[in-house]
Amino acid sequence: MLTILFDGIAYGMLLFILALGLAVTMGLMNFINLAHGAFAMAGGYVTVLLMQRADVPFLVCLPIAFVVPALLGAVLERTLYRPLYHKPHLDQVLFSIGLTFMAVAAVDFFVGSTQQLIQLPQWLRGRTEIGSGAWTLGMGHYRLFIIAVCAALTIALQYVLSRTRFGSRLRAAVDDQRVAAGMGINVNVVFLTTFAFGSGLAGLGGALGAEVLGLDPTFPLKFMIYFLIVVAVGGTSSITGPLLAALLLGIADVAGKYYIPKLGAFIVYTLMIAILIWRPQGLFSRGAKA
Amino acid sequence: MNKRNLLRATACAALLASGGLAFAQGAPFKVGLILPMTGQQATTGRQVEAAARLWIAQNGDTVAGRKVELIVKDDTSLPDMTRRLAQELIVNDKVDVLAGMGITPSALAVAPLATQSKTPLVVMAAATSSITQASPFIVRSSFTLPQVSVALADWAPKNGIKNVVTLVSDYGPGIDAEKFFKERFQFNGGKVPESLRVPLRNPDFAPFLQKVRDLKPDALFVFVPSGAGAAVMKQFAERGMDKAGIRLIATGDVTDDDQLNDMGDAAVGVVTSHHYSAAHPSAANKKFVEAFQKANNGLRPNFMAMGGYDGMRLIYDAIKKTGGKGKGEALVNAMKGDMFESPRGPVLIDAQTRDITQNVYLRKVEKKDGQLWNVEFDVIKDVKDPGKTK
Repeated sequence: MLTILFDGIAYGMLLFILALGLAVTMGLMNFINLAHGAFAMAGGYVTVLLMQRADVPFLVCLPIAFVVPALLGAVLERTLYRPLYHKPHLDQVLFSIGLTFMAVAAVDFFVGSTQQLIQLPQWLRGRTEIGSGAWTLGMGHYRLFIIAVCAALTIALQYVLSRTRFGSRLRAAVDDQRVAAGMGINVNVVFLTTFAFGSGLAGLGGALGAEVLGLDPTFPLKFMIYFLIVVAVGGTSSITGPLLAALLLGIADVAGKYYIPKLGAFIVYTLMIAILIWRPQGLFSRGAKA
Repeated sequence: MNKRNLLRATACAALLASGGLAFAQGAPFKVGLILPMTGQQATTGRQVEAAARLWIAQNGDTVAGRKVELIVKDDTSLPDMTRRLAQELIVNDKVDVLAGMGITPSALAVAPLATQSKTPLVVMAAATSSITQASPFIVRSSFTLPQVSVALADWAPKNGIKNVVTLVSDYGPGIDAEKFFKERFQFNGGKVPESLRVPLRNPDFAPFLQKVRDLKPDALFVFVPSGAGAAVMKQFAERGMDKAGIRLIATGDVTDDDQLNDMGDAAVGVVTSHHYSAAHPSAANKKFVEAFQKANNGLRPNFMAMGGYDGMRLIYDAIKKTGGKGKGEALVNAMKGDMFESPRGPVLIDAQTRDITQNVYLRKVEKKDGQLWNVEFDVIKDVKDPGKTK
């Protein structure tokens, strides 16, 4: 039972880091970026290709999987996204879903559509077990690693957003761009950095997830639903919301599939509907407080 | 019109006329090959096409005085697309034979068209048992899932496996595999305490595998499409299930030759049953694998390639038997009962069901010269599709 909880937490953490960038762009910047999964896929493919073709160690790949999508995000923000900030949401949705399809086709063309497999280093492959009977806690080392990385990132991010100068600038820029600009904040740079950072996080999530979730060109479409559920349930105004939502969904999904395998795949959706009926703005949001 | 233009026009007309003449003498025999060349099933398309082209390269493109022409179309494994392409091939290109079919829904979507237009349909990949019953014009050169699952259910109880949990992807072939494995295994005195079906697009196998681990069966029987198979196998090893005394048995899709080398050591020792392995120890297969790899940049042929290769042979045999003049029904009749030695072993097209009868091999993944292979260690001879015996 504890093992199920553990697996659920690891899965939830993975969903969280994948969806976090989306929560940032959608919640903070008020931009519906459905191409978010494409950045995650970019990170995944960077890792896979480096490992398969250049024998780069896994741990070295992770930062690269952050940097490459971040740069990609920065370039795209500057060229394609910025003109769309003030367009209606429907335009943004159509634009970003188009971008997703282009990414899918491009990867299919250049890398091929097979599932990509990576070989983790030996020390990440094992498993530790504590306790016995119903309370056995079996922890796969890789899942433990995911939890550690995600927890560290969450704390760092929370710190950046709430305690640093950049965080307050970002919040100011989001709340009122004109006033923020008048106060001498370079809104464009703040948004550019934020978008790049969000894309980088997605890339890192994709790299970490390649082993557990699998990686093929349909990745952005396959997981778009999950990102959207996490953001919708968690609300978009903080990072604690998506974190709790991701954990809740991860645990519910894993436990559901374990205890009632026949219904397993639907538990997540049922939970989402229930929560959204109860709190249409998501679990934590400014909308619900007001 | 000046003189030069007149000359040109005459030349064109002459060219057209001579072309028409050639057409009348021996119109090409057209094979419409519909395959998923892009999208999730693209490896299937790539393998089948490469094998079909290899067959033509090895056996010449002229049979019984007719030039064989291959028209390849990409259906991206969307059944409505397959149907549309088949329609175009029948009506516009007037193909003599349809072939390919990467997935079951595609084959079923085309079946009515094959019946109406009396065009033989050679199914080279899709493996749900019921496909050949969908039209009297369907002939299959690949395999069926009941065929390979039942063989495993016969082998397991004799080798100390009495208690098996099944895990399949929740779609046609998966349900076939589950049903026929379970029935035969229980008939042989085995127990199946739990049958798990996972969604086709399942992100994480952890909960299912944990469930299996807690149930502690002697073995876990798996059928999932080849890409997902690697994930199952890795997580199976990661969860330490082999150390807990649970064996992994599966249909050969899981240790697909196309991907086996990338799966790593987690795959070593997995027992599977299938009709074809690139490591099949026969001279014919050695020749086939060598030629295939040479023509395709070192790509290893898998069971899909085998379906394409033998499918082309079926078509060639039918053209020969009908003296190059056969159409529709005559071609199908010529394929019925066709018997030959394929790189996979002896093969027979059952005249009643138009489905393939072949040996099913039990294999174990082994490492040889740094590469992973499905090494055969036992064989069940001449297996008919059990899906049609009732």
